[in-house]
Amino acid sequence: MSSYYEASARERIVGLLDGGSFREILPPGERILSPHLLQLDTPAAFDDGIVVGEGALGGRKVLIAAQEGGFMGGAVGEVHGAKLVGLLERALDQRPAGVLLLVESGGVRLHEANAGLIGVSEIMRAVLKLRGAGIPVIVLDGGQFGCFGGMGIVSRLCDAVIISEEGRLGLSGPEVIETTCGVEEFDSRDRALVWRTVGGKHRYLLGEAAHLVADDIAAFRAQAIAALDLRPDLSLEALEREHAVLGQRLDRFGTCRDGIDIWRNLGIDQPERLPLLEAEAFIAITAGKRA
Amino acid sequence: MDARSLLDQLFPAGHTVAFDGIFFAGTGTSGSHAVAVIGTIDAAPIGIELAFRMAGAVLDVVRHHPGRPILLLVDTQGQRLSHRDELLGINGYMAHLAKCLEVARRAGHKIIGLVYSQAVSGGFLASSLLADTCYALPEAEVRVMNLPAMSRITKIPLERLESLSKTSPVFAPGVENYLRMGAIAALWQGDLSAYLAEALAAPAGEDTRRILGETRQGRGLARRVAERVRHDAA
Repeated sequence: MSSYYEASARERIVGLLDGGSFREILPPGERILSPHLLQLDTPAAFDDGIVVGEGALGGRKVLIAAQEGGFMGGAVGEVHGAKLVGLLERALDQRPAGVLLLVESGGVRLHEANAGLIGVSEIMRAVLKLRGAGIPVIVLDGGQFGCFGGMGIVSRLCDAVIISEEGRLGLSGPEVIETTCGVEEFDSRDRALVWRTVGGKHRYLLGEAAHLVADDIAAFRAQAIAALDLRPDLSLEALEREHAVLGQRLDRFGTCRDGIDIWRNLGIDQPERLPLLEAEAFIAITAGKRA
Repeated sequence: MDARSLLDQLFPAGHTVAFDGIFFAGTGTSGSHAVAVIGTIDAAPIGIELAFRMAGAVLDVVRHHPGRPILLLVDTQGQRLSHRDELLGINGYMAHLAKCLEVARRAGHKIIGLVYSQAVSGGFLASSLLADTCYALPEAEVRVMNLPAMSRITKIPLERLESLSKTSPVFAPGVENYLRMGAIAALWQGDLSAYLAEALAAPAGEDTRRILGETRQGRGLARRVAERVRHDAA
Protein backbone atom coordinates (compact mmCIF):
# COMPACT_ATOMS: atom_id res chain seq x y z
CA MET A 1 0.00 0.00 0.00
CA SER A 2 1.29 3.42 -0.96
CA SER A 3 -0.87 6.23 0.45
CA TYR A 4 -2.37 8.61 -2.09
CA TYR A 5 -3.32 11.01 0.70
CA GLU A 6 0.26 11.40 1.92
CA ALA A 7 1.87 11.65 -1.53
CA SER A 8 2.79 14.86 -3.34
CA ALA A 9 1.32 15.74 -6.74
CA ARG A 10 4.38 14.41 -8.59
CA GLU A 11 4.52 11.24 -6.48
CA ARG A 12 0.88 10.55 -7.30
CA ILE A 13 1.48 10.96 -11.02
CA VAL A 14 4.52 8.70 -11.02
CA GLY A 15 2.68 6.06 -8.98
CA LEU A 16 -0.42 6.13 -11.17
CA LEU A 17 1.12 6.04 -14.63
CA ASP A 18 3.04 3.22 -16.29
CA GLY A 19 6.65 3.17 -15.10
CA GLY A 20 8.87 5.83 -16.64
CA SER A 21 6.15 7.12 -18.99
CA PHE A 22 5.50 10.57 -17.50
CA ARG A 23 6.71 13.68 -19.36
CA GLU A 24 6.02 17.04 -17.72
CA ILE A 25 5.05 20.08 -19.75
CA LEU A 26 6.26 23.48 -18.51
CA PRO A 27 8.26 21.87 -15.69
CA PRO A 28 9.49 23.99 -12.74
CA GLY A 29 12.72 24.72 -14.61
CA GLU A 30 10.68 26.94 -16.94
CA ARG A 31 10.03 29.26 -13.99
CA ILE A 32 6.44 30.06 -15.01
CA LEU A 33 5.21 31.50 -11.73
CA SER A 34 2.52 33.87 -10.55
CA PRO A 35 3.41 37.55 -10.83
CA HIS A 36 0.41 38.38 -8.66
CA LEU A 37 1.76 36.53 -5.63
CA LEU A 38 5.11 38.27 -6.00
CA GLN A 39 3.33 41.59 -6.05
CA LEU A 40 1.74 40.73 -2.70
CA ASP A 41 5.06 39.52 -1.23
CA THR A 42 3.68 36.01 -1.07
CA PRO A 43 5.99 33.09 -1.88
CA ALA A 44 5.39 31.74 -5.39
CA ALA A 45 6.10 28.27 -6.79
CA PHE A 46 7.87 27.45 -10.04
CA ASP A 47 4.94 25.29 -11.14
CA ASP A 48 2.22 27.49 -9.56
CA GLY A 49 0.92 24.48 -7.67
CA ILE A 50 -0.04 22.26 -10.60
CA VAL A 51 1.86 19.60 -12.54
CA VAL A 52 0.72 18.87 -16.11
CA GLY A 53 2.00 16.42 -18.67
CA GLU A 54 1.46 13.21 -20.56
CA GLY A 55 2.16 9.55 -20.09
CA ALA A 56 0.69 6.08 -20.38
CA LEU A 57 -1.88 4.34 -18.23
CA GLY A 58 -2.30 0.61 -18.75
CA GLY A 59 -0.52 1.01 -22.09
CA ARG A 60 -2.83 3.79 -23.33
CA LYS A 61 -1.87 7.40 -23.85
CA VAL A 62 -3.26 9.86 -21.30
CA LEU A 63 -2.81 13.50 -20.38
CA ILE A 64 -2.64 14.23 -16.69
CA ALA A 65 -2.80 17.18 -14.29
CA ALA A 66 -2.18 17.10 -10.54
CA GLN A 67 -2.83 19.93 -8.14
CA GLU A 68 -0.36 20.30 -5.27
CA GLY A 69 -2.27 20.89 -2.03
CA GLY A 70 0.99 21.75 -0.31
CA PHE A 71 1.14 24.99 -2.28
CA MET A 72 -1.65 27.37 -1.25
CA GLY A 73 -4.05 24.47 -0.82
CA GLY A 74 -4.02 23.78 -4.56
CA ALA A 75 -5.95 26.98 -5.17
CA VAL A 76 -6.44 28.22 -8.73
CA GLY A 77 -4.67 31.37 -9.89
CA GLU A 78 -4.07 32.74 -13.38
CA VAL A 79 -1.09 30.56 -14.31
CA HIS A 80 -2.42 27.49 -12.51
CA GLY A 81 -5.76 27.73 -14.31
CA ALA A 82 -4.15 28.40 -17.69
CA LYS A 83 -1.97 25.31 -17.37
CA LEU A 84 -5.06 23.18 -16.85
CA VAL A 85 -6.95 24.84 -19.72
CA GLY A 86 -3.94 24.35 -22.00
CA LEU A 87 -3.74 20.66 -21.07
CA LEU A 88 -7.43 20.12 -21.83
CA GLU A 89 -6.99 21.83 -25.20
CA ARG A 90 -3.88 19.78 -25.93
CA ALA A 91 -6.13 16.75 -25.53
CA LEU A 92 -8.38 18.12 -28.28
CA ASP A 93 -5.38 18.02 -30.64
CA GLN A 94 -3.79 14.78 -29.47
CA ARG A 95 -6.91 12.73 -28.74
CA PRO A 96 -5.50 10.56 -25.92
CA ALA A 97 -7.50 7.72 -24.36
CA GLY A 98 -8.45 10.12 -21.58
CA VAL A 99 -7.43 12.97 -19.31
CA LEU A 100 -6.83 12.41 -15.59
CA LEU A 101 -7.38 15.29 -13.18
CA LEU A 102 -5.83 14.71 -9.76
CA VAL A 103 -7.76 17.40 -7.96
CA GLU A 104 -6.75 18.85 -4.62
CA SER A 105 -7.95 22.38 -4.25
CA GLY A 106 -9.75 24.84 -2.06
CA GLY A 107 -11.00 26.59 -5.21
CA VAL A 108 -10.13 30.10 -6.28
CA ARG A 109 -6.89 31.61 -4.94
CA LEU A 110 -7.89 34.79 -3.11
CA HIS A 111 -4.64 36.62 -3.88
CA GLU A 112 -5.70 36.64 -7.53
CA ALA A 113 -9.39 36.03 -7.01
CA ASN A 114 -10.73 37.46 -10.27
CA ALA A 115 -8.12 35.74 -12.42
CA GLY A 116 -8.77 32.50 -10.56
CA LEU A 117 -12.54 32.70 -10.96
CA ILE A 118 -12.29 33.41 -14.68
CA GLY A 119 -9.68 30.65 -14.96
CA VAL A 120 -12.08 28.15 -13.37
CA SER A 121 -14.76 29.24 -15.82
CA GLU A 122 -12.36 28.60 -18.71
CA ILE A 123 -11.54 25.17 -17.24
CA MET A 124 -15.27 24.38 -17.10
CA ARG A 125 -15.74 25.32 -20.74
CA ALA A 126 -12.65 23.36 -21.78
CA VAL A 127 -13.73 20.20 -19.91
CA LEU A 128 -17.15 20.30 -21.55
CA LYS A 129 -15.70 20.92 -24.98
CA LEU A 130 -13.30 18.01 -24.59
CA ARG A 131 -16.05 15.67 -23.44
CA GLY A 132 -18.12 16.88 -26.37
CA ALA A 133 -15.26 15.72 -28.59
CA GLY A 134 -15.63 12.24 -27.09
CA ILE A 135 -12.62 12.17 -24.77
CA PRO A 136 -13.30 11.10 -21.19
CA VAL A 137 -12.08 13.23 -18.30
CA ILE A 138 -11.60 11.37 -15.02
CA VAL A 139 -11.21 12.94 -11.59
CA LEU A 140 -9.20 11.43 -8.72
CA ASP A 141 -9.98 12.90 -5.32
CA GLY A 142 -8.05 11.70 -2.28
CA GLY A 143 -5.72 14.48 -1.22
CA GLN A 144 -5.37 16.29 2.09
CA PHE A 145 -7.23 19.43 1.09
CA GLY A 146 -10.13 17.70 -0.67
CA CYS A 147 -11.83 19.33 -3.62
CA PHE A 148 -13.86 22.49 -3.07
CA GLY A 149 -14.91 25.75 -4.63
CA GLY A 150 -14.87 25.99 -8.39
CA MET A 151 -12.91 22.74 -8.62
CA GLY A 152 -15.83 21.01 -6.90
CA ILE A 153 -18.01 22.10 -9.82
CA VAL A 154 -15.34 21.19 -12.39
CA SER A 155 -15.09 17.68 -10.92
CA ARG A 156 -18.78 17.04 -11.45
CA LEU A 157 -18.54 18.13 -15.08
CA CYS A 158 -16.28 15.15 -15.74
CA ASP A 159 -17.08 11.56 -16.66
CA ALA A 160 -16.34 10.04 -13.26
CA VAL A 161 -15.06 10.96 -9.84
CA ILE A 162 -12.91 8.30 -8.18
CA ILE A 163 -12.72 9.11 -4.49
CA SER A 164 -11.12 7.57 -1.41
CA GLU A 165 -12.59 7.60 2.06
CA GLU A 166 -10.15 10.43 2.84
CA GLY A 167 -11.30 12.39 -0.22
CA ARG A 168 -13.75 15.25 0.20
CA LEU A 169 -15.91 16.91 -2.41
CA GLY A 170 -18.12 19.96 -2.10
CA LEU A 171 -18.52 23.61 -2.99
CA SER A 172 -18.17 25.75 0.14
CA GLY A 173 -15.73 24.26 2.63
CA PRO A 174 -16.93 23.66 6.20
CA GLU A 175 -14.71 26.48 7.53
CA VAL A 176 -16.24 28.96 5.09
CA ILE A 177 -19.76 28.02 6.15
CA GLU A 178 -18.88 28.15 9.83
CA THR A 179 -17.19 31.55 9.48
CA THR A 180 -20.14 33.00 7.57
CA CYS A 181 -23.13 31.31 9.18
CA GLY A 182 -21.92 30.27 12.63
CA VAL A 183 -20.82 27.07 14.30
CA GLU A 184 -24.42 25.86 14.75
CA GLU A 185 -24.81 25.73 10.95
CA PHE A 186 -21.65 23.68 10.40
CA ASP A 187 -19.04 22.87 13.04
CA SER A 188 -15.93 22.54 10.89
CA ARG A 189 -13.94 21.03 13.77
CA ASP A 190 -16.36 18.11 14.11
CA ARG A 191 -14.37 15.85 11.82
CA ALA A 192 -16.91 13.04 11.85
CA LEU A 193 -19.62 15.49 10.75
CA VAL A 194 -17.39 16.79 7.96
CA TRP A 195 -16.82 13.24 6.63
CA ARG A 196 -20.53 12.40 6.83
CA THR A 197 -21.29 15.53 4.81
CA VAL A 198 -18.58 15.84 2.15
CA GLY A 199 -16.47 12.70 2.66
CA GLY A 200 -15.81 9.98 0.11
CA LYS A 201 -18.20 7.37 1.47
CA HIS A 202 -21.16 9.74 1.50
CA ARG A 203 -20.35 11.06 -1.97
CA TYR A 204 -20.19 7.48 -3.25
CA LEU A 205 -23.52 6.52 -1.68
CA LEU A 206 -25.21 9.67 -2.97
CA GLY A 207 -23.95 9.05 -6.51
CA GLU A 208 -21.77 12.16 -6.59
CA ALA A 209 -18.70 9.93 -6.92
CA ALA A 210 -18.68 6.93 -9.24
CA HIS A 211 -16.16 4.80 -7.34
CA LEU A 212 -14.79 4.51 -3.83
CA VAL A 213 -11.27 3.16 -3.41
CA ALA A 214 -8.88 2.56 -0.53
CA ASP A 215 -6.24 5.22 0.14
CA ASP A 216 -3.79 3.45 -2.12
CA ILE A 217 -2.24 4.75 -5.32
CA ALA A 218 -2.52 1.28 -6.90
CA ALA A 219 -6.27 1.19 -6.16
CA PHE A 220 -6.72 4.59 -7.80
CA ARG A 221 -4.70 3.38 -10.78
CA ALA A 222 -6.81 0.26 -11.29
CA GLN A 223 -10.03 2.25 -11.21
CA ALA A 224 -8.64 4.95 -13.52
CA ILE A 225 -7.63 2.33 -16.10
CA ALA A 226 -11.20 1.00 -16.10
CA ALA A 227 -12.60 4.53 -16.41
CA LEU A 228 -10.75 5.09 -19.70
CA ASP A 229 -13.47 2.97 -21.30
CA LEU A 230 -16.16 5.51 -20.41
CA ARG A 231 -17.78 7.30 -23.33
CA PRO A 232 -18.85 10.89 -22.65
CA ASP A 233 -22.53 11.55 -23.28
CA LEU A 234 -23.61 15.18 -23.49
CA SER A 235 -26.89 14.45 -25.23
CA LEU A 236 -30.15 16.10 -24.22
CA GLU A 237 -31.44 12.69 -23.15
CA ALA A 238 -28.46 12.10 -20.85
CA LEU A 239 -28.99 15.45 -19.15
CA GLU A 240 -32.72 14.84 -18.82
CA ARG A 241 -31.88 11.57 -17.05
CA GLU A 242 -29.46 13.37 -14.74
CA HIS A 243 -32.14 15.98 -14.11
CA ALA A 244 -34.58 13.26 -13.04
CA VAL A 245 -31.99 11.77 -10.68
CA LEU A 246 -31.23 15.14 -9.08
CA GLY A 247 -34.95 15.86 -8.76
CA GLN A 248 -35.48 12.53 -6.99
CA ARG A 249 -32.61 13.39 -4.65
CA LEU A 250 -34.34 16.61 -3.62
CA ASP A 251 -37.65 14.81 -3.08
CA ARG A 252 -36.20 11.86 -1.24
CA PHE A 253 -33.49 13.41 0.91
CA GLY A 254 -34.47 17.08 1.02
CA THR A 255 -35.47 16.92 4.68
CA CYS A 256 -32.53 14.78 5.85
CA ARG A 257 -30.36 16.52 8.41
CA ASP A 258 -27.32 14.28 8.33
CA GLY A 259 -25.55 11.77 6.13
CA ILE A 260 -26.72 9.02 8.46
CA ASP A 261 -30.38 9.93 7.76
CA ILE A 262 -29.69 9.58 4.04
CA TRP A 263 -27.93 6.24 4.44
CA ARG A 264 -30.78 4.91 6.57
CA ASN A 265 -33.23 6.12 3.93
CA LEU A 266 -31.21 4.12 1.37
CA GLY A 267 -32.07 1.00 3.34
CA ILE A 268 -28.65 0.46 4.86
CA ASP A 269 -28.79 -1.44 8.13
CA GLN A 270 -27.04 0.23 11.10
CA PRO A 271 -25.80 3.19 9.06
CA GLU A 272 -23.88 4.67 12.01
CA ARG A 273 -21.25 1.92 11.61
CA LEU A 274 -20.35 2.93 8.01
CA PRO A 275 -17.62 5.46 8.90
CA LEU A 276 -15.68 2.70 10.69
CA LEU A 277 -15.57 0.26 7.77
CA GLU A 278 -12.62 -0.28 5.45
CA ALA A 279 -13.33 0.48 1.80
CA GLU A 280 -13.74 -3.15 0.72
CA ALA A 281 -16.16 -4.09 3.52
CA PHE A 282 -18.04 -0.81 3.02
CA ILE A 283 -18.53 -1.46 -0.69
CA ALA A 284 -19.76 -4.99 0.00
CA ILE A 285 -22.25 -3.90 2.68
CA THR A 286 -23.66 -1.03 0.62
CA ALA A 287 -23.89 -2.94 -2.67
CA GLY A 288 -27.19 -2.28 -4.40
CA LYS A 289 -28.14 0.44 -1.90
CA ARG A 290 -26.65 3.53 -3.55
CA ALA A 291 -28.90 6.39 -4.59
CA MET B 1 -32.00 48.33 -12.05
CA ASP B 2 -34.86 46.06 -11.06
CA ALA B 3 -35.64 43.06 -13.24
CA ARG B 4 -39.03 44.24 -14.47
CA SER B 5 -37.80 47.54 -15.83
CA LEU B 6 -34.77 45.73 -17.24
CA LEU B 7 -37.06 43.35 -19.14
CA ASP B 8 -39.15 46.26 -20.43
CA GLN B 9 -36.02 47.95 -21.75
CA LEU B 10 -34.59 44.78 -23.28
CA PHE B 11 -37.87 43.81 -24.93
CA PRO B 12 -39.82 46.92 -25.92
CA ALA B 13 -41.78 44.71 -28.35
CA GLY B 14 -43.00 42.71 -25.39
CA HIS B 15 -42.24 39.73 -23.20
CA THR B 16 -44.09 37.10 -21.22
CA VAL B 17 -41.88 36.55 -18.22
CA ALA B 18 -43.37 35.05 -15.08
CA PHE B 19 -41.93 35.73 -11.66
CA ASP B 20 -42.05 33.09 -8.94
CA GLY B 21 -40.24 34.06 -5.76
CA ILE B 22 -36.61 34.78 -6.61
CA PHE B 23 -36.84 32.96 -9.97
CA PHE B 24 -38.22 34.14 -13.27
CA ALA B 25 -38.50 32.64 -16.73
CA GLY B 26 -40.32 33.26 -19.97
CA THR B 27 -39.92 34.63 -23.47
CA GLY B 28 -39.10 38.03 -24.90
CA THR B 29 -39.31 39.34 -28.43
CA SER B 30 -36.22 40.94 -29.93
CA GLY B 31 -36.67 41.85 -33.60
CA SER B 32 -37.53 38.59 -35.32
CA HIS B 33 -36.18 36.50 -32.44
CA ALA B 34 -38.07 34.84 -29.65
CA VAL B 35 -35.60 34.83 -26.77
CA ALA B 36 -35.82 32.50 -23.78
CA VAL B 37 -35.19 34.39 -20.55
CA ILE B 38 -34.04 32.72 -17.32
CA GLY B 39 -33.07 34.73 -14.27
CA THR B 40 -33.18 35.57 -10.61
CA ILE B 41 -33.84 38.66 -8.48
CA ASP B 42 -32.91 40.06 -5.08
CA ALA B 43 -29.29 38.89 -5.14
CA ALA B 44 -30.52 35.31 -4.86
CA PRO B 45 -28.23 32.84 -3.15
CA ILE B 46 -28.01 29.92 -5.55
CA GLY B 47 -28.78 26.74 -3.68
CA ILE B 48 -29.66 23.27 -4.87
CA GLU B 49 -33.33 23.97 -5.66
CA LEU B 50 -32.60 27.12 -7.63
CA ALA B 51 -29.76 25.55 -9.63
CA PHE B 52 -32.05 22.59 -10.35
CA ARG B 53 -34.85 24.88 -11.44
CA MET B 54 -32.64 26.90 -13.78
CA ALA B 55 -31.32 23.68 -15.28
CA GLY B 56 -34.88 22.48 -15.84
CA ALA B 57 -35.73 25.73 -17.61
CA VAL B 58 -32.72 25.30 -19.91
CA LEU B 59 -33.64 21.69 -20.74
CA ASP B 60 -37.19 22.80 -21.42
CA VAL B 61 -36.00 25.33 -24.01
CA VAL B 62 -33.76 22.79 -25.73
CA ARG B 63 -36.52 20.17 -25.78
CA HIS B 64 -39.38 22.40 -26.95
CA HIS B 65 -37.82 25.37 -28.75
CA PRO B 66 -34.91 24.19 -30.88
CA GLY B 67 -32.34 26.88 -31.56
CA ARG B 68 -34.03 29.57 -29.46
CA PRO B 69 -31.41 31.86 -27.90
CA ILE B 70 -31.18 31.94 -24.11
CA LEU B 71 -30.64 35.13 -22.13
CA LEU B 72 -29.41 34.65 -18.55
CA LEU B 73 -30.31 37.49 -16.21
CA VAL B 74 -28.99 36.14 -12.94
CA ASP B 75 -28.75 38.37 -9.90
CA THR B 76 -26.85 36.44 -7.25
CA GLN B 77 -24.88 36.98 -4.05
CA GLY B 78 -23.14 33.65 -4.74
CA GLN B 79 -23.74 30.03 -3.87
CA ARG B 80 -25.99 29.37 -0.89
CA LEU B 81 -23.87 28.63 2.18
CA SER B 82 -25.43 25.87 4.22
CA HIS B 83 -24.73 22.44 5.61
CA ARG B 84 -27.78 21.02 3.81
CA ASP B 85 -26.68 22.30 0.39
CA GLU B 86 -23.29 20.65 0.87
CA LEU B 87 -24.81 17.43 2.22
CA LEU B 88 -26.95 17.05 -0.92
CA GLY B 89 -24.13 17.94 -3.31
CA ILE B 90 -24.62 21.55 -4.39
CA ASN B 91 -21.50 21.34 -6.56
CA GLY B 92 -23.22 18.55 -8.49
CA TYR B 93 -26.31 20.70 -9.01
CA MET B 94 -24.20 23.61 -10.23
CA ALA B 95 -22.32 21.29 -12.58
CA HIS B 96 -25.64 19.94 -13.83
CA LEU B 97 -26.73 23.47 -14.74
CA ALA B 98 -23.43 23.98 -16.56
CA LYS B 99 -23.88 20.74 -18.50
CA CYS B 100 -27.44 21.67 -19.46
CA LEU B 101 -26.19 24.99 -20.86
CA GLU B 102 -23.49 23.10 -22.76
CA VAL B 103 -26.12 20.80 -24.25
CA ALA B 104 -28.00 23.91 -25.35
CA ARG B 105 -24.86 25.43 -26.84
CA ARG B 106 -24.06 22.24 -28.74
CA ALA B 107 -27.61 22.15 -30.06
CA GLY B 108 -27.14 25.63 -31.55
CA HIS B 109 -28.74 27.82 -28.89
CA LYS B 110 -26.92 31.11 -28.48
CA ILE B 111 -26.38 31.84 -24.78
CA ILE B 112 -26.01 35.42 -23.59
CA GLY B 113 -25.37 36.51 -20.02
CA LEU B 114 -26.14 39.98 -18.72
CA VAL B 115 -25.09 40.87 -15.18
CA TYR B 116 -27.63 43.53 -14.27
CA SER B 117 -27.14 43.76 -10.53
CA GLN B 118 -24.83 41.38 -8.64
CA ALA B 119 -22.68 38.43 -9.63
CA VAL B 120 -20.56 36.78 -6.98
CA SER B 121 -18.20 33.84 -6.90
CA GLY B 122 -19.80 30.39 -7.29
CA GLY B 123 -23.14 31.86 -8.32
CA PHE B 124 -21.43 33.76 -11.14
CA LEU B 125 -19.47 30.64 -12.18
CA ALA B 126 -22.63 28.56 -12.45
CA SER B 127 -24.57 31.15 -14.46
CA SER B 128 -23.46 34.19 -16.49
CA LEU B 129 -19.86 33.00 -16.84
CA LEU B 130 -21.18 29.96 -18.74
CA ALA B 131 -22.71 32.09 -21.48
CA ASP B 132 -21.09 32.30 -24.93
CA THR B 133 -20.62 35.96 -24.11
CA CYS B 134 -21.23 37.80 -20.85
CA TYR B 135 -22.14 41.48 -20.68
CA ALA B 136 -22.91 43.77 -17.74
CA LEU B 137 -24.62 47.01 -16.84
CA PRO B 138 -22.13 49.63 -15.62
CA GLU B 139 -23.65 49.68 -12.13
CA ALA B 140 -23.37 45.90 -11.74
CA GLU B 141 -21.36 44.53 -8.84
CA VAL B 142 -19.03 41.65 -9.62
CA ARG B 143 -16.69 40.05 -7.12
CA VAL B 144 -15.29 37.01 -5.41
CA MET B 145 -14.84 38.63 -2.02
CA ASN B 146 -14.71 42.11 -0.56
CA LEU B 147 -11.30 43.44 0.42
CA PRO B 148 -11.76 43.45 4.23
CA ALA B 149 -12.63 39.74 4.17
CA MET B 150 -9.75 39.05 1.80
CA SER B 151 -7.41 40.93 4.11
CA ARG B 152 -8.54 38.84 7.11
CA ILE B 153 -7.98 35.55 5.29
CA THR B 154 -4.73 36.34 3.46
CA LYS B 155 -3.28 38.38 6.36
CA ILE B 156 -2.32 41.09 3.88
CA PRO B 157 -3.04 44.56 5.33
CA LEU B 158 -6.19 46.16 3.94
CA GLU B 159 -4.35 49.39 3.02
CA ARG B 160 -1.95 47.34 0.92
CA LEU B 161 -4.78 45.62 -0.93
CA GLU B 162 -6.60 48.90 -1.49
CA SER B 163 -3.55 50.62 -2.90
CA LEU B 164 -2.63 47.67 -5.16
CA SER B 165 -6.19 47.35 -6.45
CA LYS B 166 -5.89 50.82 -7.97
CA THR B 167 -3.55 49.40 -10.59
CA SER B 168 -4.13 45.63 -10.55
CA PRO B 169 -7.50 44.26 -11.71
CA VAL B 170 -6.63 40.82 -10.41
CA PHE B 171 -8.31 40.54 -7.01
CA ALA B 172 -10.53 43.49 -6.17
CA PRO B 173 -14.29 43.66 -6.74
CA GLY B 174 -15.53 45.68 -9.69
CA VAL B 175 -17.14 45.23 -13.07
CA GLU B 176 -14.32 47.22 -14.67
CA ASN B 177 -11.81 44.61 -13.51
CA TYR B 178 -13.78 41.82 -15.13
CA LEU B 179 -14.04 43.89 -18.29
CA ARG B 180 -10.27 44.35 -18.36
CA MET B 181 -9.67 40.67 -17.73
CA GLY B 182 -11.92 39.60 -20.58
CA ALA B 183 -14.72 37.88 -18.66
CA ILE B 184 -17.17 40.64 -19.51
CA ALA B 185 -17.15 41.52 -23.18
CA ALA B 186 -18.80 44.95 -22.94
CA LEU B 187 -20.92 47.20 -20.77
CA TRP B 188 -24.43 48.02 -21.96
CA GLN B 189 -25.37 51.65 -21.47
CA GLY B 190 -28.36 53.32 -23.11
CA ASP B 191 -30.61 51.45 -25.54
CA LEU B 192 -30.48 47.94 -24.05
CA SER B 193 -32.71 46.44 -26.76
CA ALA B 194 -30.20 47.54 -29.42
CA TYR B 195 -27.34 45.93 -27.52
CA LEU B 196 -29.35 42.73 -27.18
CA ALA B 197 -30.14 42.65 -30.91
CA GLU B 198 -26.45 43.13 -31.66
CA ALA B 199 -25.44 40.36 -29.26
CA LEU B 200 -27.97 37.99 -30.81
CA ALA B 201 -26.58 38.72 -34.27
CA ALA B 202 -22.95 38.12 -33.27
CA PRO B 203 -21.54 34.74 -34.26
CA ALA B 204 -21.06 32.29 -31.39
CA GLY B 205 -17.56 30.93 -31.33
CA GLU B 206 -14.72 29.77 -29.16
CA ASP B 207 -14.03 30.91 -25.63
CA THR B 208 -11.99 34.02 -26.40
CA ARG B 209 -11.86 35.54 -22.92
CA ARG B 210 -8.13 34.93 -22.60
CA ILE B 211 -7.41 36.85 -25.79
CA LEU B 212 -9.65 39.71 -24.69
CA GLY B 213 -7.97 39.81 -21.28
CA GLU B 214 -4.57 40.00 -22.90
CA THR B 215 -5.60 42.68 -25.40
CA ARG B 216 -7.09 44.79 -22.62
CA GLN B 217 -3.98 44.28 -20.48
CA GLY B 218 -5.92 42.78 -17.60
CA ARG B 219 -4.71 39.19 -17.83
CA GLY B 220 -1.29 38.99 -19.35
CA LEU B 221 -0.44 35.33 -18.85
CA ALA B 222 -3.53 33.16 -19.28
CA ARG B 223 -3.46 32.96 -23.07
CA ARG B 224 0.30 32.54 -23.36
CA VAL B 225 0.60 29.84 -20.71
CA ALA B 226 -2.35 27.87 -22.08
CA GLU B 227 -0.92 28.07 -25.60
CA ARG B 228 2.43 26.78 -24.44
CA VAL B 229 0.91 23.83 -22.61
CA ARG B 230 -1.20 23.07 -25.66
CA HIS B 231 1.69 23.10 -28.13
CA ASP B 232 5.00 22.59 -26.29
CA ALA B 233 6.87 19.34 -26.74
CA ALA B 234 6.64 17.29 -23.56
